[in-house]
Amino acid sequence: MPRINQEMALLCLLIPLLPFLGFLLNGLGNRKISKGLVGFIGCSTVLVSFLISIYLFLDFKANGSQPYTLDYYNWISAGSLRIGFSFLIDQLTLLMLLMVTGIGFLIHLYSAGYMSHDEGFGKFFSFLNLFMFSMLLLVMGSNYVMMFVGWEGVGLCSYLLIGFWNKNTNYNNAAKKAFIMNRIGDLGFLLGIFLIFITFGSVSYPQVFAEASKMTGLDTPVMIAITMFLFIGAMGKSAQIPLFTWLPDAMAGPTPVSALIHAATMVTAGVYMVIRSNVLFILAPTTLEVIAIIGAATALLAATIGLVQNDIKKVLAYSTVSQLGYMFLALGVMAFSSSMFHVLMHAFFKALLFLGAGSVIHAMSNEQDMRRMGGLRKALPVTFITFLIGTLAISGIPPFAGFFSKDELLAHVFEHNKILWGVGVLASFMTAFYMFRALFLTFFGKFRGTEEQKHHLHESPAVMTIPLIVLAILSTIGGFLGIPEVFGAEHVLGNYLEPLYTYARGINPAAFETGAISHEMEFILMAVSVGVAILAIIIAYFLYIKKEEVPAEENAQLAPAHNLLYHKYYIDELYNALIVRPVMWLSGVLHRFVDEVIVDGIVNGAGKIVILSGRTLRYAQSGAIGFYLLVMVCSIALILFLNFFIG
Amino acid sequence: MGITLRLASWIVIYIYNTFRPMNQIPDIIRTIPLNYYLYFSTALFIIGVIGVLTRRNAIIIFMCVELMLNAVNLLLTAIASYRADTNGQVFVFFIMAVAAAEVCVGLAIIVMTYRNTRSTDVQLLNNLKW
Repeated sequence: MPRINQEMALLCLLIPLLPFLGFLLNGLGNRKISKGLVGFIGCSTVLVSFLISIYLFLDFKANGSQPYTLDYYNWISAGSLRIGFSFLIDQLTLLMLLMVTGIGFLIHLYSAGYMSHDEGFGKFFSFLNLFMFSMLLLVMGSNYVMMFVGWEGVGLCSYLLIGFWNKNTNYNNAAKKAFIMNRIGDLGFLLGIFLIFITFGSVSYPQVFAEASKMTGLDTPVMIAITMFLFIGAMGKSAQIPLFTWLPDAMAGPTPVSALIHAATMVTAGVYMVIRSNVLFILAPTTLEVIAIIGAATALLAATIGLVQNDIKKVLAYSTVSQLGYMFLALGVMAFSSSMFHVLMHAFFKALLFLGAGSVIHAMSNEQDMRRMGGLRKALPVTFITFLIGTLAISGIPPFAGFFSKDELLAHVFEHNKILWGVGVLASFMTAFYMFRALFLTFFGKFRGTEEQKHHLHESPAVMTIPLIVLAILSTIGGFLGIPEVFGAEHVLGNYLEPLYTYARGINPAAFETGAISHEMEFILMAVSVGVAILAIIIAYFLYIKKEEVPAEENAQLAPAHNLLYHKYYIDELYNALIVRPVMWLSGVLHRFVDEVIVDGIVNGAGKIVILSGRTLRYAQSGAIGFYLLVMVCSIALILFLNFFIG
Repeated sequence: MGITLRLASWIVIYIYNTFRPMNQIPDIIRTIPLNYYLYFSTALFIIGVIGVLTRRNAIIIFMCVELMLNAVNLLLTAIASYRADTNGQVFVFFIMAVAAAEVCVGLAIIVMTYRNTRSTDVQLLNNLKW
């Protein structure tokens, strides 16, 4: 094939390399180059990556959608292990590329406005570019090790950006929490990679999947182990129970970071990984069952917590966890395309919501508490309208993006398991409720902030509103990528992603059967999900607009159930008591006993011996030259003697 | 003055040796058995050692050191000629050069100690201890 040539390889290499260049320029030129130039470098590198991705996508479609691998060099080779630095360009990669670079560019653009008053502007952009580089490596790599490198890279950038305002100890603690929780997941991922190598003798996707497709029998122990380990990795990165508590805390970072890393791209890496490894997961139905249950539980748990949060970013954070739960629920019922669809739509509307929240926070002079907001729709018209679109989209109101993806997802779940579907619908109800609660508290009613804030209220500059408008348009029309069959249209995204499942379909054809539920049933399901969303909106309307209720102040007495939710089920406290404290205690013991007594004892002991022997032996240095000479002669004689008779 | 004389004599010997037929020397040395050289240089060396250990006058200690060096030189030359290996003779020149340098420094030190202590007794130089 002539099109996979040197130029093509270079072009693909440029996609991650350009943001890396931006990272180097902005990082090394920190404080030396002007803010305008920093913003230009940061945005333009990502924009060019985006344009290249579009070109690759069009080229890929024009040439019959044949996946291809680009090998650059042999990166690691040891024994039978061969890991190449190579990219796999296929449907999934291209979709992720477009999403990551496209939304990444919008958020970079937005950051240029949002962070313009921050002294760490250059640092911020260099970290953001480094994140883009790692994320692109993650989605483009053609083997698990490259994915792991990108995986760790995004984890690092997440840590750096959560603790971006590193003068605040709480923010640093949040960053550390995110990093450590991710490490727990990463260990699982790493073990999964080892097991993959042991089982299949390779870590490169094409080889592993080809080998896996030859396996006979579902649910072999080794497949369950591999997929469970991989899922533990996904749990950490994509904030699933039990490793989800870092994501709400990660909101300590600047808002564009929350939008880019903790909503749109990085946290969906886990979903990407599972979809990428769909062959392996298909071989282990037990793991899929676990994934579905954990996904549903996460969706519900996070949604309930989201109901009572007062920090606008915390609401969005719990909503992200909840939506990620949906995605895993879909993965668990083998609706990989639906999950990817939801990833994409979620990236649109959640990035939009976060950026909208950022715009509000910007206007309110860094106030994040919704109890201090209210009535902002007149002061921030663009933000209000775009935020409204985002809210409608996430609530699943047709014809916005969230409706199509969530509906499709829930239909697949219904097919698979009615109870999980019920949980999903319940979570969907709560989602609509808390999102409209946030919307009403922020934009409707009377202004509850200080006079100074009221005076300062202003719509954000164009550089911030343009990304909002673009994302709002995408959130509105994005859903048409996946119109359900019932409406007689083509499911563009589903068909596009179809070739990814060739092997998986061979293993378990039943999982990919469509049309198991009748059209009437599908309409009923749609009606139910739209119905609960509208019900939730009406309840929120009565509570927060008619009754003008404002959430209770910090130290107010709450009802027990409310209190439980407000304190996030005391999960953080539970983890503290069960894990953090024992570990701290253990490290205290190790410090006091092993380190201070044993290690320090050996080191100090060696020093003491030297001092002691020196103190004694120095008396041999008498100053009498004759004595020295005698000793010298005797010693030489002794050496010669020993040399003759022993040596 | 002494050093200048010594250097001058070395230069003369060097020029003389350069134009002398070299191949005759080993033959002359070999007229005496190797054992005698060994006994003689061992005796010289031991005299040197005993001198160094027993005498207190720095100049005499110094001379004894020179004696030891020359004992070794003699041994090297003898064995070199018996084994027909010029390396030993070359080594002797190095030792001589080092000895000359050492004499320069050593005598300077002795002069300085004499100026300070009005004596060349090494037993008096025992302040550098502990």
